[in-house]
Amino acid sequence: MKLTSLKVVASSALALALATGGAQADQEADLIINGDTEITVRTAAPAHLENLSEILSGWTFRTDETQALQMDDFDNPGMIFVDQGLDVWNTVEGSADKSCASCHDGPESLKGLRAELPKWNEDAGKVYTMEMYINDCRTERMGAEAYGWSDKNMVNLTALISVQSRGMPVNVAIDGPAQSTWEQGKEMYYTRYGQLELSCANCHEDNYDNYIRADHLSQGQINGFPTYRLKNAKLNSTHDRFKGCVRDTRAETFKPGSDEFVALELYVASRGNGLSVEAPAVRN
Amino acid sequence: MKPTLIGVTCLMLGAGAAVAETAPQAVEYDEYGAVAASLSGAAGDPVEGRVVVSTKSMGNCVSCHAISEMSDVPFHGEVGPVLDGVADRWNEAELRGIVANAKMTYDGTIMPSFYKDTGYVRPGDAYTGKAAKVAPLPPLLTAQQVEDVVAYLMTLKEE
Repeated sequence: MKLTSLKVVASSALALALATGGAQADQEADLIINGDTEITVRTAAPAHLENLSEILSGWTFRTDETQALQMDDFDNPGMIFVDQGLDVWNTVEGSADKSCASCHDGPESLKGLRAELPKWNEDAGKVYTMEMYINDCRTERMGAEAYGWSDKNMVNLTALISVQSRGMPVNVAIDGPAQSTWEQGKEMYYTRYGQLELSCANCHEDNYDNYIRADHLSQGQINGFPTYRLKNAKLNSTHDRFKGCVRDTRAETFKPGSDEFVALELYVASRGNGLSVEAPAVRN
Repeated sequence: MKPTLIGVTCLMLGAGAAVAETAPQAVEYDEYGAVAASLSGAAGDPVEGRVVVSTKSMGNCVSCHAISEMSDVPFHGEVGPVLDGVADRWNEAELRGIVANAKMTYDGTIMPSFYKDTGYVRPGDAYTGKAAKVAPLPPLLTAQQVEDVVAYLMTLKEE
């Protein structure tokens, strides 16, 4: 009798602790998707990163439940949008009567691309993201209209192409002709924007693993983008996430697709060099 | 005749209180970042201050600081130090300086400046993501709200 009531007290105390303690994460867990794709979620920081010794995927900061959603593609709600991306891939559009499939063998032929983007585009004379390559294909080869940066067809197509590289290490180049863009992105990362005067680094370098209200701050890695967010039940582009973060500093934010966010994407991607491509990741 | 005189006196007192408020750019910080005088010219109300500290649309201090006394408010953050016993560690002038502009006490601190209205990079119109419509910006807290928060913090004693 005594033991039973003690158990009841103990279990309700635990339930209470869970309810008030906010999200619980198993930060030591390893991620293997579908039982066969091993994902590097923690590794040594790349040499250029002066202030961190270890880099961690956002996956390690999420609750057990959210972590589990990414461990099997049948549970990952982001995979529905990858399927929709395949429909986009096969859709003939524009004056040239072409689809992506007309020129490319199949999405798997683009394996490895996600891991090295953004990168310097010699013809264009600037750093290119995946969205920029897609829109060049649409306007120059298909004779179709460019997609908006956050258009669902654009985001779903980038997810389809990204998932081909899942498990490969992020490896964006920061030297050579891309260096000045990378420097621009780095300067932005450490700039304290808005009335709250917060830089990316204030939260994601100096305070990762701390709670800010009920949010468990991550390192702000983008190896899982485009990412399915439980908050809005769709895939989200990197630039949309940047936009929301800068807005939340009570700043005038930047536009998705702006030169500034391209530079920031290059820099933030480089902070994840060595983590695996995870797209489409699942986050809160 | 007498009632009229009282009315005039009240009016003068009212005007006097408005003049006593210190504008954000006129706040005098000492070399350690402390501010001796009340920003509003009036005393703070610790009950109002508790509301400012715990309310998201106001000070939202609990977003980063935990306070044991405030266990009725969920999800205290851990970015800043726990505020239990903060009045044992700082006096009123020091707390006023930290709430108004903590960067005057701790250079480079992450803590936002709650009584400051200029000197921002890409200041926005609150949380809309759009450019600020006015300059200088309204400070995050009013002079009286800062005083109320300081009065509340002064109640957090352990010794």
